[in-house]
Amino acid sequence: MKIAIASGKGGTGKTTVAVNLASYLAETRPVVLVDLDVEEPNSGLFLGAEATDGRDTFKMIPAWESTTCSHCGQCQEVCNFHAIIALPDQVMIFPELCHSCYACSELCPTSSLPMQPVKMGRMSWLSAGNLSFVESRLDIGQEQAVPLIKQTLAFVDERHAAVPIRIYDCPPGTSCPVIEATREADFVVLVTEPTPFGLNDLKLAVETMRHLDKKFGVVVNRQGLGDDRVEAYCAAEGIPLLARIPNDRRIAESYARGQRIYEHFPVVRRQLAAIMDAIKEAAS
Amino acid sequence: MKIALTAQGPHWDSAMDPRFGRTPYILIYDEDTDELTAIDNRAVDNEAHGAGPLTARKLLDAAPQVLITGNGPGGNAAAVVATAEIAIYVGAGNMTAKEAYAAYKDGKLEKM
Amino acid sequence: MKEIVVISGKGGTGKTSLTAALSWLAGADIVVADCDVDAADMHLLLQPDFARAEDFHGGQVALIDQDVCTACGACAEVCRFDAITPGNDFYAVDPISCEGCGYCPRVCPTEAIVMEDRLSGQWFVSRIRTGATMVHARLGIGAENSGKLVAKVKNEAKRIAAEQGKEFILVDGSPGVGCPVVSSLSGADFVVLVTEPTVSGLHDLQRVHELVARFRIRCGCIINKADLNLEVTAAIGEFLTANNIVALTELPYDEAFTRAMVAGRTIVEENDGPLALQLKDCWEKIKQTA
Repeated sequence: MKIAIASGKGGTGKTTVAVNLASYLAETRPVVLVDLDVEEPNSGLFLGAEATDGRDTFKMIPAWESTTCSHCGQCQEVCNFHAIIALPDQVMIFPELCHSCYACSELCPTSSLPMQPVKMGRMSWLSAGNLSFVESRLDIGQEQAVPLIKQTLAFVDERHAAVPIRIYDCPPGTSCPVIEATREADFVVLVTEPTPFGLNDLKLAVETMRHLDKKFGVVVNRQGLGDDRVEAYCAAEGIPLLARIPNDRRIAESYARGQRIYEHFPVVRRQLAAIMDAIKEAAS
Repeated sequence: MKIALTAQGPHWDSAMDPRFGRTPYILIYDEDTDELTAIDNRAVDNEAHGAGPLTARKLLDAAPQVLITGNGPGGNAAAVVATAEIAIYVGAGNMTAKEAYAAYKDGKLEKM
Repeated sequence: MKEIVVISGKGGTGKTSLTAALSWLAGADIVVADCDVDAADMHLLLQPDFARAEDFHGGQVALIDQDVCTACGACAEVCRFDAITPGNDFYAVDPISCEGCGYCPRVCPTEAIVMEDRLSGQWFVSRIRTGATMVHARLGIGAENSGKLVAKVKNEAKRIAAEQGKEFILVDGSPGVGCPVVSSLSGADFVVLVTEPTVSGLHDLQRVHELVARFRIRCGCIINKADLNLEVTAAIGEFLTANNIVALTELPYDEAFTRAMVAGRTIVEENDGPLALQLKDCWEKIKQTA
């Protein structure tokens, strides 16, 4: 089962839920936690373990062959992303703007732009008992999260095919990276806060999940902090409320220290169990 | 000498644009003929990404020896500009084009 | 006119609440620009009137004319994004997967494919409760923030500020370290970094500061919820000193922020105690350094 943990915006506790849920489940069965928030991967910090194994990840970009180029300028013209600039005597390529569409390469009349791999980030992993962890990190200045998310999911498919439960810590927001990260998920957990900001962002996330035809439910983090408009909204929209994690300064401090909060707060452990029960019921 | 300036309008009195890639105009002042021409770059507003290299490509076509701007071209645009011998002067983002040129002449702008 | 940009790298640090508070303190002296369009929340505190709305197009999407398509499959063959679904009589484009590269129309033998501008959202010019003008935006589903949208919002804010003779533009910057943030920072006179003392807070601050340093813009830092972890707060302080970043203020973890949010107000309206005074000092400091 693939469970994606997402949220309309950052800072709602998405990573907290992902890390705690994965660690909690790993007490009794094998689990893979995958950090797909490739611009700001933080799950590893909260796992308290350094992913030691890893490899660089690459994307395909054109490389200019000066000897065969006829300087016709067509490459600059076909590139919708302005990743190629054809100067009178040379062709310049900007890897971070390139979407790897292959148009310039395959349409070049003299085949002077063969596609070659270039580093875009790094994937790392570790396994500790039942819990396996995979994270990917985009290099600074790299702009396309989607290809790295795709590669990471393919890697997990291959390496952890036998692991029954996968938890995806998704990028925040409602744009392409989230859509890619939730595409294959059986269930999406939307984490929000009971505040006007939380509700506003939750509505955007719900719209997106409905558009993608996903099964989803809501976890309210810091319950008791704001007002009850999130709960009222979920009730009115028929969205399952999976769990409520209470607002408690000690939990916030525990989080700030990078601890797994369910190990210190039994109430959180009960909520994690409730999340899993609700997901199993909803997904069956 | 030909001097290029990033500006929000096509005249000497136009305010400078501190940005390079998304500047609406590139002014070209030819010191030898005392002529000021404006390259209309407003279409760059329609580009979601990659404005920098595109503007730099346009700048190169005008073949100036000096560029006066605000923050200076970003990484990609800087790489394109670097293929030609253009001296870049920054820190003129909050002036008019005329003031920026005078500041350059007085040696008050920082060379990149 | 000076442009002040507030950014934070990661979400949840309180950046938007603080930007709204600074907007309130600045009163009618400024134009506000909300470039955090992925999670545009500032309108909940400043209550803009959405007086003027305009559609926004970003990037392109391929569209296949079903009457002209011969189902030859050339488009699907060249598409690297699995965005083209084959059919017996005609092929179709999945607009969510399409990246708008424009390759398929170039190989279509019957010219059945056109590239259309993608409607990605709306942007607004509003009046807020302080009497100031605010420029903001809203994205559609699956639409992505871009350097273009951020530039649009900032340009409009600048134009209005010049027209109204305002001294400052206050920008709620985009999250992350990608193209929208670069566009948020471009042209800025001063950057306010908002962080919190969690294990990820310092890490994200370093990443985003790397970007600011590249543009050589002066910056200051607000440590929010500073008392949550004094050890990390001290480490952040050391980082600020080492990198010549102005330490603007350290704010306590205070649920008054949430109470204000629930009431649809900024923290400085809700609280007239030490917290409000601290923010007032902070805004003065920002004005002076900018």
